[in-house]
Amino acid sequence: MRRFAADRARRAVAASLRAAASRSGAPSPLVPAPRHPAHPVGAAAMAAAAMARAMSTATKGAPAVSLDTINPKVLKCEYAVRGEIVTHAQNLQQELQKNPESLPFDEILYCNIGNPQSLGQQPVTYFREVLSLCDHPALLDKSETHALYSSDAIERAWQILEKIPGRATGAYSHSQGIKGLRDEIAAGIAARDGFHASGDNIFLTDGASPAVHMMMQLLISSEKDGILCPIPQYPLYSASIALHGGSLVPYFLDEETGWGLEVDELKKQLEEARSKGITVRALVVINPGNPTGQVLSEENQKKIVEFCKNEGLVLLADEVYQENIYVEDKQFHSFKKVARSLGYTDDDLPLVSFQSVSKGYYGECGKRGGYMEITGFSPEVREQIYKVASVNLCSNVSGQILASLVMNPPKAGDESFESFMVEKDGILSSLARRAKALEEAFNSLEGITCNKAEGAMYLFPRLHLPQKAIGAAQAAGTAPDAYYAKRLLEATGIVVVPGSGFGQVPGTWHFRCTILPQEDKIPAIISRFKEFHEKFMDEYRD
Amino acid sequence: MARKPLDYEELNENVKKVQYAVRGELYLRASELQKEGKKIIFTNVGNPHALGQKPLTFPRQVVALCQAPFLLDDPNVGLIFPADAIARAKHYLAMAPGGLGAYSDSRGIPGIRKEVADFIQRRDGYPSDPELIYLTDGASKGIMQILNTIIRNERDGILVPVPQYPLYSATISLFGGSLVPYYLEEEANWGLDFVNIRQSVAEARSKGITVRAMVIINPGNPTGQCLSEANIKELLQFCYHENLVLLADEVYQQNIYQDERPFISARKVLFDIGLPLSREVQLVSFHTVSKGYWGECGQRGGYFEMTNLPPKTVDEMYKVASIQLSPNVPGQIFMGVMVNPPKPGDISYLKFATESKSILESLRRRARMMTDGFNSCRNVTCNFTEGAMYSFPQIQLPPRAIEAAKRAGKAPDVFYCLKLLEATGISTVPGSGFGQKEGVFHLRTTILPAEEDFPAILSSFKNFNDSFMREYEGYSRM
Repeated sequence: MRRFAADRARRAVAASLRAAASRSGAPSPLVPAPRHPAHPVGAAAMAAAAMARAMSTATKGAPAVSLDTINPKVLKCEYAVRGEIVTHAQNLQQELQKNPESLPFDEILYCNIGNPQSLGQQPVTYFREVLSLCDHPALLDKSETHALYSSDAIERAWQILEKIPGRATGAYSHSQGIKGLRDEIAAGIAARDGFHASGDNIFLTDGASPAVHMMMQLLISSEKDGILCPIPQYPLYSASIALHGGSLVPYFLDEETGWGLEVDELKKQLEEARSKGITVRALVVINPGNPTGQVLSEENQKKIVEFCKNEGLVLLADEVYQENIYVEDKQFHSFKKVARSLGYTDDDLPLVSFQSVSKGYYGECGKRGGYMEITGFSPEVREQIYKVASVNLCSNVSGQILASLVMNPPKAGDESFESFMVEKDGILSSLARRAKALEEAFNSLEGITCNKAEGAMYLFPRLHLPQKAIGAAQAAGTAPDAYYAKRLLEATGIVVVPGSGFGQVPGTWHFRCTILPQEDKIPAIISRFKEFHEKFMDEYRD
Repeated sequence: MARKPLDYEELNENVKKVQYAVRGELYLRASELQKEGKKIIFTNVGNPHALGQKPLTFPRQVVALCQAPFLLDDPNVGLIFPADAIARAKHYLAMAPGGLGAYSDSRGIPGIRKEVADFIQRRDGYPSDPELIYLTDGASKGIMQILNTIIRNERDGILVPVPQYPLYSATISLFGGSLVPYYLEEEANWGLDFVNIRQSVAEARSKGITVRAMVIINPGNPTGQCLSEANIKELLQFCYHENLVLLADEVYQQNIYQDERPFISARKVLFDIGLPLSREVQLVSFHTVSKGYWGECGQRGGYFEMTNLPPKTVDEMYKVASIQLSPNVPGQIFMGVMVNPPKPGDISYLKFATESKSILESLRRRARMMTDGFNSCRNVTCNFTEGAMYSFPQIQLPPRAIEAAKRAGKAPDVFYCLKLLEATGISTVPGSGFGQKEGVFHLRTTILPAEEDFPAILSSFKNFNDSFMREYEGYSRM
């Protein structure tokens, strides 16, 4: 049994009393305030009095952790992608399970979130073979393994495990991620861009999102620190900025020009923020865009790079959809490549590029794999970034391995190359077809206009709602797009996210819908949607 | 030109204040030496597999199958996977529509949270609600999330034991709160000292700090002490009276090396106490797959369980979790298998039980060996490692050594640990990384090196230490 050292307690109290008495005027927590009797009372009584005082200063009644007492930044942040409409959908789903006939649809279709494999997309076989072997390296010592796994997957697993000390995939790795894997990723980046990349500049993270949080933490000290974000934006940015107590400085993408990004708009917003006393620290660009799907032209990107250079901003390049391009006339160019091709070296421009294993054709959201590549930072700053990364020790090793596979997939000549390409092309061409089919469907409807999804995984149609519908929404106490989304869900089971979750020009209404349901479901989705929308427009016809 | 946004001077001050010695100066120096070809024994972090501990076979088989579900259709799968691993893989795949590659529920897969709740119920004898259990990418993420929710500004104080695992100090710095230390009693085997605790609270309050939460690490890190039931009861009563939320870091609950004080969870004690405390005291309990006999650090699997938090607060926790989308699914499966391991009668049970037992028994032996080894060294005293994975010996540094450290511009324990590293390749963490009383020095090492390497490591340490002491004790000045 632990002794609570009553003797020691008495001695400690007596000692602190003596110390307090000998210090003139210095307050001691165990010595009563001047108006109390100054002459010493018994030590035990003093301790009891101190305890009583300590107890009375505790705020009784208000629990330690309640809505009134938690961090207000937590209260402030919002994340609509898994917000109210999704909770409602989950409740309806439970109802359907209990009572299959109770609703006008058979199933809930989650079109709210870029989660391809939850809607039937198959993982890339080769990637899963390699990961499976790395999860259980003992398999590599069995001859029977060759009967179940392709030989180049086995070979790749060996290579990867060689880069991990002791083949120990269960050990914490280096806080930036396993060196050998980072070097592989750097090689993949260099092959993609035609410019050198270093594994030392890479931080492997549990998905791209934690990397974004890390940068916000670094950049934001107070609400006077502003981050330029596109509107509409993926609400990780607004949530992260709120969580870290900074200010979101919006710049509006132009719906009329296919969600174009104009540097003049950037300049205007920057100056306005500065005039309000905000120090703008960084520019977030999502390319391809989310929710908007536009792919920036190289010219556009060059102007953005120059803008950041001139204004002294960190460029935060969210490039997680780099493999999702659906139009012939556009290509992905990384901002790093653009900067280098303009002649800017590592020292000239602070740039952070984010990539993830969750999107592309691999869609491995549940693995939580990703990285940020940081260039243009001083060694002191890199040290700080490393330090913050080290507090969490490291990202999950399986996700690290997957990131290295994504950036270094099978090549021509590899045993798995052909089947890999069939899977990859199959998924990407299907995504392109679905993007087109849904876009055309939305555009065919009265009161909806929809820009093309050049890339990413979403459509962001605009609702031109009749005044009556807007009135009904107001009466219901919700925003018109939220009202529409709720009605859509209740009539069809289709879950979309209201545009207000992403930001939009005030007075305009949108919703974000993914292009991810399997291709064979798309016709039914389109027809159900059409049926609902036509009824809705008729109901609220002016 | 004006200051650039990522110039060092412009960085968030809170980031600059953060210290995390576990991967700090000593570790970086050790890595440098390793690159130069020196053999390094990394005992700076509780990372069992890095020091040769083998993963348990069954969970690896299960996850490997979940990772490649097409194997389940292959007629040859039974050649290399036992039937119960196959069945368990199917069990988890059925819970995870979309498989390992889909974001799960932001709180974790409901079926696995239910397995966690069942585990807690079996362990404690009280029911647990899966809705109040959130899976996280390692316990650290959960701890950071909870602290971020509690800390509003620098006037919010968190009671943290000293010595502590520096995740707490780092996180409190990062979120701009105040660390309110309470000192563990080294002479009483790192026991709690409630006088000191009350003193710390009163002192903090007199400085205008609102003390919001109390962290306990049980078994302790770096100190290894196991709390008694009476200790935990008193802690809960203290939290009740002082209106603090208790944060119970219980990640080492499987690592117990003595029989007088088996592990008892804070939640069990709370419910044993009964009303009103059992309904009033707010508690968050943390666990992980990284420690115990599993040691699966690299998977990043953990959970926290909330007790007596208001529903609206739980909603906010859900909201914050949803921004990160979901914890990694393979890590969730590891957690599922950990709380729901093979049972007697299962095909894999014997192997699983043998592997587990062997690891735990060896840890127990190593805990004893290391304590005795340190205690046999000059000027070194070491409390017994009752639990967890570390040894935290006190090194009584001679005054001349302290002066030499000062001249070298290093804290005395950093100086000692650097010399130890360079002489022996043993990479430890200086006690200052965990906090210690003024003028008292320690280092933290792990008990994780392979058992057969222990004699060599301990004698290497003893040789270094005893000659260091001879050098710096020397003869008295004239």
